[in-house]
Amino acid sequence: MTGEERREAVVQALKGVAPEIDAASIQPGVAFRDQLDLDSMDFLNFVLALHHRLGIDIPEADYPKLMTLDDAVAYLATRAVQPATPHSSGQP
Amino acid sequence: MPSLGADMEAGTLVEWLKRPGDALKRGDIIAVVDTAKGAIEIEVFEDGVLDSLCIQPGERVPVGTVLATIRGAGAPAVPGPPDLPAPPGPAGRARVSPIARRLAADLGVDLASVTGTGPQGAITREDVERAAAAPLKRATAPVPAAADRASAMRSAIAAAMTTSKRDIPHYYLSITIDMTAALGWLRSNNEQRSMEDRLLPIALLVKSLALALHDVPELNGHWVDGAFRRGPGIHVGCAISLRGGGLVAPALHDVNRKDLGALMHEIRDLVARARAGSLRSSELSDPTITVTNLGEEGVDAAFGIIYPPQVALVGFGRIAERPWVASGKVEPRPLMTATLSADHRASDGHRGGLFLTTLDRWLQTPDRL
Repeated sequence: MTGEERREAVVQALKGVAPEIDAASIQPGVAFRDQLDLDSMDFLNFVLALHHRLGIDIPEADYPKLMTLDDAVAYLATRAVQPATPHSSGQP
Repeated sequence: MPSLGADMEAGTLVEWLKRPGDALKRGDIIAVVDTAKGAIEIEVFEDGVLDSLCIQPGERVPVGTVLATIRGAGAPAVPGPPDLPAPPGPAGRARVSPIARRLAADLGVDLASVTGTGPQGAITREDVERAAAAPLKRATAPVPAAADRASAMRSAIAAAMTTSKRDIPHYYLSITIDMTAALGWLRSNNEQRSMEDRLLPIALLVKSLALALHDVPELNGHWVDGAFRRGPGIHVGCAISLRGGGLVAPALHDVNRKDLGALMHEIRDLVARARAGSLRSSELSDPTITVTNLGEEGVDAAFGIIYPPQVALVGFGRIAERPWVASGKVEPRPLMTATLSADHRASDGHRGGLFLTTLDRWLQTPDRL
């Protein structure tokens, strides 16, 4: 899974929680809660969306590592994330 | 037309989901009504057979107007008005996601004309958007645009809060609660739970509130016709802010009797449906107390305005590390301020204080919640 795919997975998980979010306007280094008006329920649903989308279990202790777009993408890179659908890697 | 809160005067029938002759069970959803709080699903409160529909989609009628007649099991049929168009779906209702239903209402899309592509043929938001791009066919009543709805909701909130401040002699109390035990228990308990079943602090707060109300029941109910009437159960209205503005406070029912896992699922479901505009009539009509949690916004303490005819509102502030004196030593602890706004006609400060200290006591023994 590429960095761009991880970023897209995070954005789609966010949009599932708050459909009005404009992906292009997300500031990558600013906490979601501060820029997107997310509450703890929204954040829980965001983490669950990542879980369902990527098939990874995210311990509660890791939640602080998912507070910004950059942090979330970096966190997913540390996990053995398999994409939900095969991506075009050029390999059969 | 049921009253879905003290601030509702009228509603517009959007669609019937049952037709004359259909068997009804208590809790079945029979219609959708548009109000300032969004499209509300109307439930029936008795078993029987739908006899006649008295109101057509699109009609706006005052609270108290008869929408339909239901004949009890075994009662003879009485002649009704001519049949109305059949509702969608073979089981009386198409499978529609709440977001899709709301979007369809906003865009004026007839759900009966939409082909679902979701799981088991469910209609998804994308299906509605596709249908909206095609020429419109309105079979249900048009509903107000989002701006109109926000304006109507603002007016409804204004009316209810003005009535409250005018008629209810509020008194206010607060308590600082040490959340060390509750958060510690929550952390270790969540480690045993799957991701879907993890708890948030709000579940513990709401459960503690309900158990404390059991001990101080004069805060749980309504002030009606000059007297307090105790609530039939502990139905906690949760103030939920809506994206784009506005506020609803639908009820979690019989909170004192639910375990934390079930309660957390219900809270998540309620918030999701409130924000998708898919609440049920019973959730809006029967809260016996309201809770507001403004801690997420960084608020230290929330002194709320009671939602009439209720007689109390509980506010939770943020949980933050602050100095706390324990055994003669100052140490950092996660602290939270809980407040009570109560109707002095129904209770006195002494009982209000007992409620807050009981709430605190429950939060010190989270394994008993």
